[in-house]
Amino acid sequence: MEQIIVNGLYLGAQYALIALGLTLIFSLMNVLNFAHGQLYVIGGFVTYTVSVKLGMPYIVALISAGVSLAIIGAILEKFLFRPVIRKSVREESTMLLAAGVAFFLDALILLLFGEKQRGIPKIVNGVFNWDFRIIMPYDRILIGCLAVLFIVLFITYMQYSKTGRAMRALAQDKVAAQLMGVNVELYSMIGFALAAMLAGTVGGLLVSITGVNLGMGGPTSIKAFMMVMIGGAGVISGAIAGGFILGMLESIGLTVLSDFGDITYLVIFASLMVFLAIRPQGLMGKPWG
Amino acid sequence: MLTLQAKISALAFALLLIFGVPYLIEISGRWDLYYTLTSVALLSIASAGVWLTFYIGRINIGQGAFALVGGYTSAILVVKYGVSFWLTIPLAGLMCILVAVLVGLPILRLRGVYFAMVTLVMTEVARLTALALPITNGAKGISSIPLPGGVSLFGLTLIPDFAELENVKRGFFYVAVVLMLITFAGMYRLVNSRIGHLCRSLQQNEELASSIGVNIAKLRLIAFSISSFMGGVAGAIFVGISQSIYPASFPVKDSVDFMLNCFLGGLGYVFGPMLGTLVNYFGWDLLFTAGEYQLLIYSSLLIFLMLTLPNGLLSIFSKMKN
Repeated sequence: MEQIIVNGLYLGAQYALIALGLTLIFSLMNVLNFAHGQLYVIGGFVTYTVSVKLGMPYIVALISAGVSLAIIGAILEKFLFRPVIRKSVREESTMLLAAGVAFFLDALILLLFGEKQRGIPKIVNGVFNWDFRIIMPYDRILIGCLAVLFIVLFITYMQYSKTGRAMRALAQDKVAAQLMGVNVELYSMIGFALAAMLAGTVGGLLVSITGVNLGMGGPTSIKAFMMVMIGGAGVISGAIAGGFILGMLESIGLTVLSDFGDITYLVIFASLMVFLAIRPQGLMGKPWG
Repeated sequence: MLTLQAKISALAFALLLIFGVPYLIEISGRWDLYYTLTSVALLSIASAGVWLTFYIGRINIGQGAFALVGGYTSAILVVKYGVSFWLTIPLAGLMCILVAVLVGLPILRLRGVYFAMVTLVMTEVARLTALALPITNGAKGISSIPLPGGVSLFGLTLIPDFAELENVKRGFFYVAVVLMLITFAGMYRLVNSRIGHLCRSLQQNEELASSIGVNIAKLRLIAFSISSFMGGVAGAIFVGISQSIYPASFPVKDSVDFMLNCFLGGLGYVFGPMLGTLVNYFGWDLLFTAGEYQLLIYSSLLIFLMLTLPNGLLSIFSKMKN
């Protein structure tokens, strides 16, 4: 039992970090970013390249993944999403753009990094063992703690910095924020960059444990969508809750349902449908997001 | 009502598809185009369904699920119960309606991204269910499904036995094209009917529509059912052509593609999904020569189209008028 909880917390911390980015973009711009999983994969590959190919220390690789993804995010917002949002009649058009961007990033990953599974050597060796009740490799513990640290940093930043306050105002009411002198364009761009950076950072963290490959983008996006739905779209606390809930469910399901074959995700999906039928806006979302 | 000019052009389009295209294929010898065009016709039927859900203001990324349900219904009926393939097509559609009502009742209340995300998840649910259920044969899928048999009435052969046809591909081409023409004629009729106008009112403002006495829940369910019916029919015929079905036959990528086709053609136009599917499918195929750069060029073109014509390809005409 203890093992299941620890596994769930470890998964949940990473998931929450992915969901945070998705929900941030959604709350700022009403864009459902299909390409979020691809950003995560790129983060992993950048970390791999810098740390294995260039032989830099892991921390440098992780930072470079974050920085390069932030730049990619800013470019995507400024040159693609912003003009389309301005020109299109229906808001949904951004979904086509996001899907196109997802394909584009997939192609880019294929050309730059190839389709092989990539991983980096263990950062820390050894396994934590508490009386055979909790067994956890040290590197997983480290990654889990880093993920929690990043979540805390993100919340602090959103809560207390001037940029964070501006973004929260934007998410609440775009027009009112604009009237108060918030530069909508600038902060949308920063928000997108920040979200991409979060996705890339998770990729960088996980490449040291599970590795990354080209095909991971789509499924990761779907998982991120699920977390956002559980917690409620566009709500930061919801994304964190959703991430931890999904991580926990996955951990419990893999243990409890293992006798029935590979049906964990089927059960999770089905219960999600039932949950949304009862509470369409998720745990903490505003009705009709 | 249709103007005379519109009637003539619709008739000309139908004749061109049924007689002109096969003739052109025969003289050019490009037999593979039969398969390509059949796929385009079937995919555009499924996309038309997605378009209809867009018409009531919902983003549907779950059509792959219905295509899978329809495909499995047809495959199981044909293989395990020996039902005629032609009969399984409407049955597959009805099965999808059943699923659509069951799923639709709770989730059609959702709006915007919530509905989009739930339907996307639904595609995954369909795939996982197909993997887990015993009747669908798990990951092995159902293969070596016999070709559709003939149908005759009073000694008159209505549909020849496909196993004896000299060109099966052409047979399926006719089936798909005729169905596509019926689908889009029906869609056009539907959109310009009372129900169609009511649907448009849903897209614009549900509360207002509800307040003037429109039964929005019923209307949404009807539109969603028709949409899934189309998905099921397309899925069933795909099974007939490929003679096999697997859980991965209609993955999330297909669901996203159905949605893309609608966007590409233009959400404001009934025939948008048809054009969108054609352009999307052929565009991808033509880029095959680009080798490893195929996906890069394809996605760049998609993004470029989005930047220049965010309201779909057909919006170019209204742009020129202005």
